[in-house]
Amino acid sequence: MTEYNPANVGTVTRYVVVESYNVTPSDVAIRAYEVAKGVMIKENCFGLVIMGKEEEVDRVIAEVRKMDPAHIFVKDRGFPPGDARRCRASLGGARPGFHGIEFEMGLLPYISHALEELDKRDAATVPAPVRKHSARRLDVYSLKKMIDAQEP
Amino acid sequence: MAKVFIYPATSLILSDMVTRFGHTPLGSAIAIRERVQTAGLESAPLQITPEEPKKGLHWAAVEVPSGVRGRMSLYGPMVEECDAAIIINNADLAFGCMGCARTNELLKFLIRQKDMPKLELEYPGNEEEGTQFVAAIKRFLTDLGGKK
Repeated sequence: MTEYNPANVGTVTRYVVVESYNVTPSDVAIRAYEVAKGVMIKENCFGLVIMGKEEEVDRVIAEVRKMDPAHIFVKDRGFPPGDARRCRASLGGARPGFHGIEFEMGLLPYISHALEELDKRDAATVPAPVRKHSARRLDVYSLKKMIDAQEP
Repeated sequence: MAKVFIYPATSLILSDMVTRFGHTPLGSAIAIRERVQTAGLESAPLQITPEEPKKGLHWAAVEVPSGVRGRMSLYGPMVEECDAAIIINNADLAFGCMGCARTNELLKFLIRQKDMPKLELEYPGNEEEGTQFVAAIKRFLTDLGGKK
Protein backbone atom coordinates (compact mmCIF):
# COMPACT_ATOMS: atom_id res chain seq x y z
CA MET A 1 0.00 0.00 0.00
CA THR A 2 1.16 3.51 -0.79
CA GLU A 3 1.41 6.30 1.69
CA TYR A 4 -1.20 9.04 1.23
CA ASN A 5 -0.16 12.65 1.74
CA PRO A 6 -3.16 14.93 1.29
CA ALA A 7 -2.92 18.26 -0.47
CA ASN A 8 -4.85 21.42 0.51
CA VAL A 9 -5.25 20.43 4.15
CA GLY A 10 -7.34 22.88 6.18
CA THR A 11 -9.20 24.24 3.17
CA VAL A 12 -12.86 23.98 2.25
CA THR A 13 -14.38 23.62 -1.20
CA ARG A 14 -17.85 24.87 -2.07
CA TYR A 15 -20.01 24.78 -5.18
CA VAL A 16 -21.82 27.91 -6.25
CA VAL A 17 -24.73 26.91 -8.47
CA VAL A 18 -26.23 29.66 -10.64
CA GLU A 19 -29.82 29.24 -11.82
CA SER A 20 -30.64 32.76 -12.87
CA TYR A 21 -32.20 34.63 -15.81
CA ASN A 22 -30.03 37.69 -15.23
CA VAL A 23 -26.67 36.35 -14.12
CA THR A 24 -24.50 33.75 -15.87
CA PRO A 25 -21.76 31.61 -14.31
CA SER A 26 -19.15 33.75 -16.09
CA ASP A 27 -20.59 36.97 -14.56
CA VAL A 28 -20.37 35.32 -11.15
CA ALA A 29 -16.82 34.11 -11.90
CA ILE A 30 -15.70 37.64 -12.86
CA ARG A 31 -17.19 39.07 -9.64
CA ALA A 32 -15.59 36.26 -7.61
CA TYR A 33 -12.16 36.96 -9.18
CA GLU A 34 -12.58 40.64 -8.30
CA VAL A 35 -13.01 39.90 -4.61
CA ALA A 36 -10.89 36.72 -4.40
CA LYS A 37 -7.96 36.95 -2.05
CA GLY A 38 -6.00 33.73 -2.35
CA VAL A 39 -8.95 31.44 -3.04
CA MET A 40 -8.97 29.12 -6.04
CA ILE A 41 -11.93 29.65 -8.36
CA LYS A 42 -12.93 27.28 -11.12
CA GLU A 43 -15.79 28.09 -13.47
CA ASN A 44 -17.94 25.30 -14.84
CA CYS A 45 -21.20 24.91 -16.73
CA PHE A 46 -23.50 25.40 -13.74
CA GLY A 47 -21.51 27.83 -11.62
CA LEU A 48 -18.23 27.85 -9.73
CA VAL A 49 -16.10 25.70 -7.49
CA ILE A 50 -14.33 27.78 -4.85
CA MET A 51 -11.55 26.46 -2.64
CA GLY A 52 -9.57 28.16 0.11
CA LYS A 53 -9.60 29.02 3.80
CA GLU A 54 -13.13 28.83 5.15
CA GLU A 55 -13.45 32.52 6.07
CA GLU A 56 -12.15 33.59 2.67
CA VAL A 57 -14.45 31.23 0.76
CA ASP A 58 -17.45 32.39 2.82
CA ARG A 59 -16.55 36.02 2.17
CA VAL A 60 -16.34 35.47 -1.61
CA ILE A 61 -19.62 33.52 -1.56
CA ALA A 62 -21.39 36.24 0.44
CA GLU A 63 -20.19 38.76 -2.13
CA VAL A 64 -21.30 36.82 -5.22
CA ARG A 65 -24.62 35.89 -3.64
CA LYS A 66 -25.51 39.59 -3.58
CA MET A 67 -25.70 39.50 -7.41
CA ASP A 68 -28.92 37.47 -7.32
CA PRO A 69 -29.61 36.13 -3.82
CA ALA A 70 -32.64 34.01 -4.68
CA HIS A 71 -30.99 32.36 -7.70
CA ILE A 72 -27.51 31.50 -6.42
CA PHE A 73 -27.16 28.34 -4.34
CA VAL A 74 -24.23 26.96 -2.38
CA LYS A 75 -23.22 23.45 -1.39
CA ASP A 76 -20.16 21.86 0.25
CA ARG A 77 -17.83 19.59 -1.69
CA GLY A 78 -15.43 17.02 -0.23
CA PHE A 79 -12.78 17.06 -2.96
CA PRO A 80 -10.74 20.05 -4.15
CA PRO A 81 -11.42 21.34 -7.71
CA GLY A 82 -9.85 19.27 -10.47
CA ASP A 83 -8.97 16.35 -8.17
CA ALA A 84 -8.05 13.41 -10.42
CA ARG A 85 -10.18 11.04 -8.32
CA ARG A 86 -13.32 13.03 -9.14
CA CYS A 87 -12.64 15.25 -12.15
CA ARG A 88 -14.39 14.08 -15.30
CA ALA A 89 -11.33 15.06 -17.36
CA SER A 90 -9.53 12.02 -15.96
CA LEU A 91 -12.53 9.73 -15.41
CA GLY A 92 -14.66 10.30 -18.50
CA GLY A 93 -18.42 10.80 -18.43
CA ALA A 94 -20.23 12.92 -15.89
CA ARG A 95 -18.53 13.48 -12.55
CA PRO A 96 -20.02 11.30 -9.78
CA GLY A 97 -22.40 13.59 -7.96
CA PHE A 98 -23.32 15.66 -11.01
CA HIS A 99 -26.56 13.75 -11.48
CA GLY A 100 -27.70 14.79 -8.00
CA ILE A 101 -27.06 18.45 -8.79
CA GLU A 102 -28.70 18.02 -12.21
CA PHE A 103 -31.83 16.55 -10.58
CA GLU A 104 -32.10 19.35 -8.03
CA MET A 105 -31.37 22.06 -10.61
CA GLY A 106 -34.70 21.14 -12.20
CA LEU A 107 -36.39 22.13 -8.93
CA LEU A 108 -34.40 25.31 -8.28
CA PRO A 109 -36.87 27.62 -10.13
CA TYR A 110 -39.55 26.61 -7.55
CA ILE A 111 -37.13 27.29 -4.71
CA SER A 112 -36.07 30.66 -6.16
CA HIS A 113 -39.73 31.64 -6.64
CA ALA A 114 -40.41 30.65 -3.02
CA LEU A 115 -37.48 32.68 -1.69
CA GLU A 116 -38.72 35.77 -3.56
CA GLU A 117 -42.27 35.13 -2.36
CA LEU A 118 -41.14 34.76 1.26
CA ASP A 119 -39.32 38.09 1.08
CA LYS A 120 -42.73 39.70 0.50
CA ARG A 121 -44.79 37.65 2.96
CA ASP A 122 -44.31 35.98 6.31
CA ALA A 123 -43.45 32.25 6.28
CA ALA A 124 -45.96 31.73 9.12
CA THR A 125 -48.85 32.60 6.77
CA VAL A 126 -47.92 29.84 4.31
CA PRO A 127 -49.73 26.54 4.96
CA ALA A 128 -47.71 23.42 5.75
CA PRO A 129 -46.90 21.17 2.79
CA VAL A 130 -49.50 18.50 2.13
CA ARG A 131 -48.03 15.05 2.58
CA LYS A 132 -48.37 13.18 -0.66
CA HIS A 133 -49.50 9.60 -0.45
CA SER A 134 -46.81 7.40 -1.86
CA ALA A 135 -47.83 5.66 -5.07
CA ARG A 136 -49.87 2.52 -4.42
CA ARG A 137 -47.86 -0.62 -4.78
CA LEU A 138 -48.85 -3.14 -7.38
CA ASP A 139 -51.10 -5.72 -5.74
CA VAL A 140 -50.99 -9.38 -6.61
CA TYR A 141 -54.45 -9.38 -8.26
CA SER A 142 -53.51 -6.60 -10.69
CA LEU A 143 -50.24 -8.38 -11.43
CA LYS A 144 -52.15 -11.60 -12.19
CA LYS A 145 -54.47 -9.66 -14.53
CA MET A 146 -51.47 -8.22 -16.36
CA ILE A 147 -49.85 -11.63 -16.71
CA ASP A 148 -53.10 -13.12 -18.03
CA ALA A 149 -53.50 -10.26 -20.48
CA GLN A 150 -50.02 -10.97 -21.91
CA GLU A 151 -50.61 -14.70 -22.38
CA PRO A 152 -52.87 -15.82 -25.23
CA MET B 1 -26.10 28.05 15.27
CA ALA B 2 -27.36 24.45 15.21
CA LYS B 3 -25.88 21.52 13.33
CA VAL B 4 -28.54 20.18 11.02
CA PHE B 5 -28.22 16.76 9.41
CA ILE B 6 -29.60 16.73 5.88
CA TYR B 7 -31.05 13.75 4.06
CA PRO B 8 -30.33 13.16 1.13
CA ALA B 9 -26.89 13.91 2.52
CA THR B 10 -25.72 15.33 -0.83
CA SER B 11 -28.71 17.63 -1.35
CA LEU B 12 -27.84 21.04 -2.81
CA ILE B 13 -31.23 22.53 -1.88
CA LEU B 14 -31.12 21.43 1.77
CA SER B 15 -27.46 22.36 2.18
CA ASP B 16 -28.20 25.84 0.81
CA MET B 17 -31.39 26.36 2.85
CA VAL B 18 -29.66 25.39 6.11
CA THR B 19 -26.73 27.76 5.44
CA ARG B 20 -29.03 30.53 4.19
CA PHE B 21 -31.13 30.44 7.37
CA GLY B 22 -28.09 30.56 9.64
CA HIS B 23 -27.16 26.99 10.59
CA THR B 24 -24.52 24.41 9.71
CA PRO B 25 -25.50 21.59 7.35
CA LEU B 26 -24.03 18.15 8.01
CA GLY B 27 -23.83 16.08 4.84
CA SER B 28 -21.60 13.67 2.91
CA ALA B 29 -19.15 16.36 1.78
CA ILE B 30 -18.07 17.09 5.36
CA ALA B 31 -17.26 13.44 6.09
CA ILE B 32 -15.52 12.92 2.74
CA ARG B 33 -13.47 16.09 3.14
CA GLU B 34 -12.29 14.88 6.55
CA ARG B 35 -11.01 11.64 4.97
CA VAL B 36 -9.57 13.26 1.85
CA GLN B 37 -7.57 15.69 4.01
CA THR B 38 -6.24 13.13 6.49
CA ALA B 39 -2.85 11.49 5.88
CA GLY B 40 -2.68 7.71 5.95
CA LEU B 41 -2.67 4.92 3.41
CA GLU B 42 -3.72 5.54 -0.17
CA SER B 43 -7.24 4.20 -0.66
CA ALA B 44 -8.70 5.89 -3.74
CA PRO B 45 -11.15 7.27 -4.60
CA LEU B 46 -12.85 8.19 -1.30
CA GLN B 47 -10.08 7.30 1.17
CA ILE B 48 -12.39 4.72 2.74
CA THR B 49 -10.00 2.26 4.37
CA PRO B 50 -10.67 -1.25 5.77
CA GLU B 51 -10.93 0.48 9.16
CA GLU B 52 -14.25 2.13 8.24
CA PRO B 53 -16.46 -1.01 8.28
CA LYS B 54 -15.01 -1.73 11.73
CA LYS B 55 -16.03 1.74 12.93
CA GLY B 56 -19.44 1.09 11.35
CA LEU B 57 -19.98 -1.71 13.87
CA HIS B 58 -21.04 1.00 16.28
CA TRP B 59 -24.28 1.47 14.30
CA ALA B 60 -24.78 -1.82 12.45
CA ALA B 61 -24.34 -5.45 13.49
CA VAL B 62 -21.47 -7.60 12.24
CA GLU B 63 -23.71 -9.59 9.87
CA VAL B 64 -24.72 -6.37 8.09
CA PRO B 65 -22.76 -6.06 4.80
CA SER B 66 -19.49 -4.14 5.04
CA GLY B 67 -20.79 -1.66 2.44
CA VAL B 68 -23.48 -0.52 4.86
CA ARG B 69 -21.08 -0.42 7.80
CA GLY B 70 -18.51 1.53 5.77
CA ARG B 71 -21.14 4.11 4.79
CA MET B 72 -22.36 4.29 8.37
CA SER B 73 -18.85 5.23 9.51
CA LEU B 74 -19.34 8.40 7.44
CA TYR B 75 -22.88 9.25 8.52
CA GLY B 76 -23.08 7.73 12.02
CA PRO B 77 -20.87 10.31 13.76
CA MET B 78 -22.82 13.13 12.09
CA VAL B 79 -26.18 11.71 13.22
CA GLU B 80 -24.80 11.61 16.77
CA GLU B 81 -23.40 15.12 16.49
CA CYS B 82 -26.43 16.84 14.93
CA ASP B 83 -28.95 18.97 16.86
CA ALA B 84 -31.74 18.64 14.28
CA ALA B 85 -32.45 16.92 10.97
CA ILE B 86 -34.33 17.54 7.74
CA ILE B 87 -35.39 14.53 5.69
CA ILE B 88 -36.75 14.56 2.15
CA ASN B 89 -38.73 11.38 1.63
CA ASN B 90 -39.05 9.60 -1.72
CA ALA B 91 -36.03 11.43 -3.11
CA ASP B 92 -35.07 9.96 -6.49
CA LEU B 93 -31.68 11.48 -5.95
CA ALA B 94 -30.98 9.12 -3.03
CA PHE B 95 -31.43 6.09 -5.29
CA GLY B 96 -28.45 3.79 -5.40
CA CYS B 97 -27.20 0.24 -5.02
CA MET B 98 -28.37 -2.10 -2.24
CA GLY B 99 -25.62 -0.79 0.06
CA CYS B 100 -26.91 2.77 -0.40
CA ALA B 101 -30.55 1.68 -0.01
CA ARG B 102 -29.95 -0.20 3.25
CA THR B 103 -27.75 2.59 4.61
CA ASN B 104 -30.49 5.08 3.78
CA GLU B 105 -33.05 2.98 5.66
CA LEU B 106 -30.78 2.66 8.69
CA LEU B 107 -29.93 6.34 8.55
CA LYS B 108 -33.58 7.42 8.51
CA PHE B 109 -34.31 4.97 11.33
CA LEU B 110 -31.48 6.40 13.48
CA ILE B 111 -32.61 9.99 12.81
CA ARG B 112 -36.22 9.15 13.74
CA GLN B 113 -35.07 7.38 16.91
CA LYS B 114 -33.03 10.35 18.11
CA ASP B 115 -34.79 12.79 20.39
CA MET B 116 -34.31 16.05 18.44
CA PRO B 117 -36.33 18.37 16.18
CA LYS B 118 -36.99 16.76 12.79
CA LEU B 119 -38.69 17.89 9.64
CA GLU B 120 -39.90 15.48 6.98
CA LEU B 121 -40.81 16.74 3.53
CA GLU B 122 -41.08 15.76 -0.09
CA TYR B 123 -39.61 17.54 -3.10
CA PRO B 124 -41.94 20.18 -4.54
CA GLY B 125 -43.58 19.61 -7.92
CA ASN B 126 -44.77 23.17 -8.64
CA GLU B 127 -44.39 26.77 -7.47
CA GLU B 128 -47.05 26.54 -4.77
CA GLU B 129 -45.53 23.39 -3.30
CA GLY B 130 -42.12 25.07 -3.59
CA THR B 131 -43.32 27.98 -1.44
CA GLN B 132 -44.76 25.59 1.14
CA PHE B 133 -41.52 23.57 1.09
CA VAL B 134 -39.26 26.58 1.66
CA ALA B 135 -41.63 28.15 4.22
CA ALA B 136 -41.68 24.89 6.22
CA ILE B 137 -37.87 24.75 6.23
CA LYS B 138 -37.64 28.43 7.15
CA ARG B 139 -40.08 28.04 10.06
CA PHE B 140 -38.25 24.92 11.28
CA LEU B 141 -34.81 26.54 11.12
CA THR B 142 -36.03 29.82 12.64
CA ASP B 143 -37.46 27.87 15.58
CA LEU B 144 -33.97 26.40 16.07
CA GLY B 145 -32.70 29.93 16.53
CA GLY B 146 -31.52 30.85 13.01
CA LYS B 147 -31.90 34.06 10.99
CA LYS B 148 -35.36 35.62 10.69
